[in-house]
Amino acid sequence: MALDSKIPSGPIEKKWYDHKFNLKLVNPANRRKYKIIVVGTGLAGGAAAATLGEMGYEVSAFAYQDSARRAHSIAAQGGINAAKNYRNDGDSIYRLFYDTVKGGDYRAREANVYRLAELSVDIIDQCVAQGVPFAREYGGYLDNRSFGGAQVSRTFYARGQTGQQLLLGAYSALSRQVGLGTVKMYERHEILDVVVVDGKARGIIARDMVTGELERHAADAVVLATGGYGNVYYLSTNAKGCNTTAIWRAHKRGAYFGNPCFVQIHPTCIPVSGEHQSKLTLMSESLRNDGRVWVPLKKGDDRKPNDIPEAERDYYLERRYPSFGNLVPRDVASRAAKQVCDEGRGVGASKMAVYLDFADAIKRQGKAKIEEKYGNLFDMYYEITDENPYEVPMRIYPAVHYTMGGLWVDYNLQTTIPGLFAAGEANFSDHGANRLGASALMQGLADGYFILPYTLGGYLGGTQLPKVTTDAPEFAEAEKNVKSVIDRLLAVKGTKSVDHYHKKLGKIMWDKVGMGRSEAGLKEAISEIRELRDDFWKNVRVLGESEELNQSLEKAGRVADFLELAELMAVDALQRRESCGGHFREESQTEDNEAKRDDENFSYVAAWEFQGVGAEPQLHKEELTFEYCKPSQRSYK
Amino acid sequence: MNFKLKIWRQKNAKTPGNFVDYTVNNISEDTSFLEMLDILNEDLIAKNEEPVAFDHDCREGICGMCSLHISGRPHGPRQKVTACQLFMRSFEEGETITVEPWRAKPFPVIKDCIVDRSAFDRIMQSGGFVSASTGSAPDGNAIPIPKRDADLAMDAAACIGCGACVAACKNASAMLFVAAKVSHLGHLPQGKVERKERVLNMVAQMDKEGFGSCTNTYACEAECPKGISVSHIAFLNREYLKATLS
Repeated sequence: MALDSKIPSGPIEKKWYDHKFNLKLVNPANRRKYKIIVVGTGLAGGAAAATLGEMGYEVSAFAYQDSARRAHSIAAQGGINAAKNYRNDGDSIYRLFYDTVKGGDYRAREANVYRLAELSVDIIDQCVAQGVPFAREYGGYLDNRSFGGAQVSRTFYARGQTGQQLLLGAYSALSRQVGLGTVKMYERHEILDVVVVDGKARGIIARDMVTGELERHAADAVVLATGGYGNVYYLSTNAKGCNTTAIWRAHKRGAYFGNPCFVQIHPTCIPVSGEHQSKLTLMSESLRNDGRVWVPLKKGDDRKPNDIPEAERDYYLERRYPSFGNLVPRDVASRAAKQVCDEGRGVGASKMAVYLDFADAIKRQGKAKIEEKYGNLFDMYYEITDENPYEVPMRIYPAVHYTMGGLWVDYNLQTTIPGLFAAGEANFSDHGANRLGASALMQGLADGYFILPYTLGGYLGGTQLPKVTTDAPEFAEAEKNVKSVIDRLLAVKGTKSVDHYHKKLGKIMWDKVGMGRSEAGLKEAISEIRELRDDFWKNVRVLGESEELNQSLEKAGRVADFLELAELMAVDALQRRESCGGHFREESQTEDNEAKRDDENFSYVAAWEFQGVGAEPQLHKEELTFEYCKPSQRSYK
Repeated sequence: MNFKLKIWRQKNAKTPGNFVDYTVNNISEDTSFLEMLDILNEDLIAKNEEPVAFDHDCREGICGMCSLHISGRPHGPRQKVTACQLFMRSFEEGETITVEPWRAKPFPVIKDCIVDRSAFDRIMQSGGFVSASTGSAPDGNAIPIPKRDADLAMDAAACIGCGACVAACKNASAMLFVAAKVSHLGHLPQGKVERKERVLNMVAQMDKEGFGSCTNTYACEAECPKGISVSHIAFLNREYLKATLS
């Protein structure tokens, strides 16, 4: 199938405006006749479900957690970008668009990014109206801070809990609709397959995680807003439950997977402390507004940080990137941290960490001001490490944080399966090869509040959708498929736990499909992943039964999918013989070790078509054209 | 470090549960409480015994999913942290630690240490929102909000909905949870339009779910992992009184 991105023609600032007019509408009285399934209740899914409910559609929303309020959008700390230009510092929709395309290292679609920048301003308005308590100045107006990759202050925030407050805003709107009866909420439900009838997505198979019962749900369209797949690395800043299952199984049903190898490794996380570690904790990028990153000049300098004099410190980001300093984009900051640690200048017991130092900021602004801005982050750091960051510098190291890749979608956020839409981190769309800080919240809410409500209507209004019930043979086939996977997992009765395999997979991925990737390493990774997958299906031990609450079984299904996705990520990284954004191929770097893009050969989105487990997937290329932001070697010097 | 554990095991909502004794050894003091349970579960799986079921997700103290009553206190002995942010260095070597689910009638046990907190969702559905449909909002700066009010709203909005307040209360009262939402929205101009209906509906739903009354013991504030103050309950009471009188 040829890829059609459906980007509207015309000048970039009019594309969305014209497209909205050209999309078919569904008359308000007819909307209740359409049923829409929304999977995931984070910023994208929660916002979409609430808004579609407000419009009058019949919506069913699903979450694997016990409440819609717990989706992992809640953990986003620093803020949300919007081109309001409230600071009068030269910001504009065009500048946010430009920064985001450049920040993504010219691997995103211009039209999508422009629309995102355009909608950013409406998001802030909507959230304020819902009662999101954004930070304010004494005059009562909204406050801003700066984030990486930008030279303007355009980030809106609610202390260090911006994601929480935005999610609770969407959850409130969703709760209102549940109360009004337009949205039916299914908590503790996991989606295990997408049902395709006559080439269109017409439903899902869900498992009630309390009773273990498999359920069939039919609909006119399905939205997957199930987040990213960073947990393929085992250790990441994702919640423990974050998984790829819904999008991976949709991929196996025919949805193409876009740029699977584009993974964001976030520079400021609390370093790994030991074998027992189950997840990594992010320290918000906003800390780089005031914190200075450094390591000792000398290798193996074992002195305590406060005993190292100024002259013997290397503030390497300020040195290498004087114009952006500590606020370079995430991919650049992460790679620089890895380089100084590889040189033997890392700090802490593991030597795999760098300092993030607030001493200067505290001296200049006072402890009270720093506490007001970052108090909850400092407390969190103290609880985890038992070290007081007001007195000694934080130790930080990069960790897997976000996946720019995801299901390939067109301008309407529709996947290659008609009627199946993907929103938020689950799609591949707007961040190219590297996402800028405070842009994930923006994208999730833009997709949910302002894009899907139009494009879904356009699909429903313009498509013949004969009635489908859950008695259709396609539902029976999908349910049988799901049941056979569950039965197979329980039947292995091997000797090793699911976590054993997940940790092993994580290590392969971090070492070989992580911050630095090479042809030899990727080839090794592919064969190691295959071996591990075979071993998993021979020796995994999943106790308990399927007709009950069974957390081991839930995990086993997710890890089984990660073991397949991991191979695709390595295959994708192998074919992309250039460095761009978070994807760093060691063979492709400049003299001063910066990522070297190859626009002549790789200016495309890689969209992969599933051909069977272990079979070579088929690559489809969507060529990227840049009419407005001319690709250049990205420089933050 | 080594610990003795007494953990609540219950097959499902219909089967009675009981405490079962376990031991865990060689635990590093930098292990989090939930990671200690992960280690126990790996040991159990190796012995062909079913692992302990417990709710958890973000493991960074913000999702509100974890809900363990640890040695008699919601989220354990340290103040202002969730169980996932509790580290084993907070316990004594060789200590016996009891682990059980939240104990409150409106939070029935589903399995082992997992409870059903959907009552909180239903309270939110009854009025925990501003009726602002997507698209209808004016500019974000159209209504200035005094910093003090915005800060007070944020203090209340920090609630993670974990239910520790209910678990801590001898009456299983949900007043702190409800007050946090009423106070968050009640301090903002956007929330003032519906303040009367909100407080009446949320309190009515709270009562309907079977939560007990508040008798001002302040146990909720003491155990709240986000340090939500009982002063919000005073605000709720004022809102409620005003709403019933007008």
